[in-house]
Amino acid sequence: MAMLEVKNLEVYYGVIQAIKGISFEVNEGEVIALIGANGAGKTTTLQTITGMLQPKAGEIIFEGKDISKIPGHKIVSMGMAHVPEGRRVFAELSVYENLKLGAYTRKDKKEIEETLARVYKSFPRLEERKNQLAGTLSGGEQQMLAMGRALMSKPKIILMDEPSMGLSPILVEEIFHIIREISASGTTVLLVEQNAKKALAIADRAYVLETGNIVLSGDAKEMMNNDSIKKAYLGE
Amino acid sequence: MNFLSYLINGISLGSVYAIIALGYTMVYGIAKMLNFAHGDVIMVGCYIVFMTMSGQGWGAVPAVVLSIIVCTVLGIVIEKIAYKPLRKATPLAVLITAIGVSYFLENAALLIFGADTRSFTNVVTLPALKLAGGALTISGTTIVTFLACVVIMAALMLFIKKTKAGQAMLAVSEDKDAAQLMGVNVNATISLTFAIGSGLAAVAGVLFCSAYPTLTPYTGAMPGIKAFTAAVFGGIGSIPGALIGGILLGVIEILGRAYISSQLSDAIVFAVLIIVLLVKPSGILGKQVHEKV
Repeated sequence: MAMLEVKNLEVYYGVIQAIKGISFEVNEGEVIALIGANGAGKTTTLQTITGMLQPKAGEIIFEGKDISKIPGHKIVSMGMAHVPEGRRVFAELSVYENLKLGAYTRKDKKEIEETLARVYKSFPRLEERKNQLAGTLSGGEQQMLAMGRALMSKPKIILMDEPSMGLSPILVEEIFHIIREISASGTTVLLVEQNAKKALAIADRAYVLETGNIVLSGDAKEMMNNDSIKKAYLGE
Repeated sequence: MNFLSYLINGISLGSVYAIIALGYTMVYGIAKMLNFAHGDVIMVGCYIVFMTMSGQGWGAVPAVVLSIIVCTVLGIVIEKIAYKPLRKATPLAVLITAIGVSYFLENAALLIFGADTRSFTNVVTLPALKLAGGALTISGTTIVTFLACVVIMAALMLFIKKTKAGQAMLAVSEDKDAAQLMGVNVNATISLTFAIGSGLAAVAGVLFCSAYPTLTPYTGAMPGIKAFTAAVFGGIGSIPGALIGGILLGVIEILGRAYISSQLSDAIVFAVLIIVLLVKPSGILGKQVHEKV
């Protein structure tokens, strides 16, 4: 059984249909890439999964349970974290306070400290700057903070929306390296990216979204060799 | 010596404005709305104390505690009924609703308590402090008011900095969606903010009426508007701003009344607001609002 299964999902903004009945699944341990152009509906899809938007129709089954009607704030404690587009760190709070908020739904103080230590180990930069306001961090550091903050909830699956957006090539490398590490540590990853090349390189499987429809899906490595994908998304 | 005693009275009045301003500023910070009914919650709190003390012969402490509880619940109920359905509405719709709630409370009080002016019993029994051989007298009410303000400010800052609920409030005020992604219940956090603001309004109301002991259904309106001015003055959304704005406004009002004109004192207060808004629109401690693209 798939860990996360989206079935015939439809999402509207007012009268405009953004997602036109898509279905896909994410199995435990996989890295799944959701690629597509601007406005294809990638962010909308993620936001609907974590309850920031309400679907008009369809189901979102997470570990056997339909979560499409569950209020957004209850989803994180079920084991799903979301690194939103544009990082959305709390600029007026310190790095440490941001990370603590990531563990908002967890109770056990000792376990939270352990997770914090692990996050600091993965992102030494965050530990160096733990008392600094998040708004004063560079773009790359903010991205790391957004990822670290999501990891603080100890998620089974992590949804990442454009983690490489606006970062320099070196930082993009670093971020993708971290995503690989997160995956290696046993967390399932659903990755939304415009940087299709990078995304396909680390993904197991991928779905291509075009104006609210999934037009292609399959093995990520095979997709990299697909001519139409090469033309449309890999710039070759 | 006169100047000093005016200054002390100003700080005392300003402390009341500061406590009321907290309600405006916290609700604005979290819900991005101006709760114009906040001033009228003060009046409700005063009536509760008046009815229980003068009517039922209660002591000051249980009367004030009951008043805080009633106002806290009132704040939550107002938010649930009037503002929550408008969460995604335009700011203007919310503002008009808030004015509507304000009229509703005033007229409901008119219906229940009547239009007669009641003389409020001072809840503070602390003796006055005589300094400089009796040349300077500081009333017990003044002392209690100032202390209450300091304690409330410190407790609130500590609450926000140190507790999970306080951090959730900061997170919600900065980014509701991101806060929800952390698992913060945004609606419950907004409710909590209204509860705290309204409970504090009860305290402020009792202190205000102890210093200026006339009570009518419109008692809350003027201090409410002035506290709003104080909140804007200090920088709306900022808690230290509410303190600074409140105290400055109280001092300006009392000094204006003493040295310029007692009839013009309110006009002076609002003139100061206009000047501040012209010179620094975000207020003394206010943040510049950046529109992110």
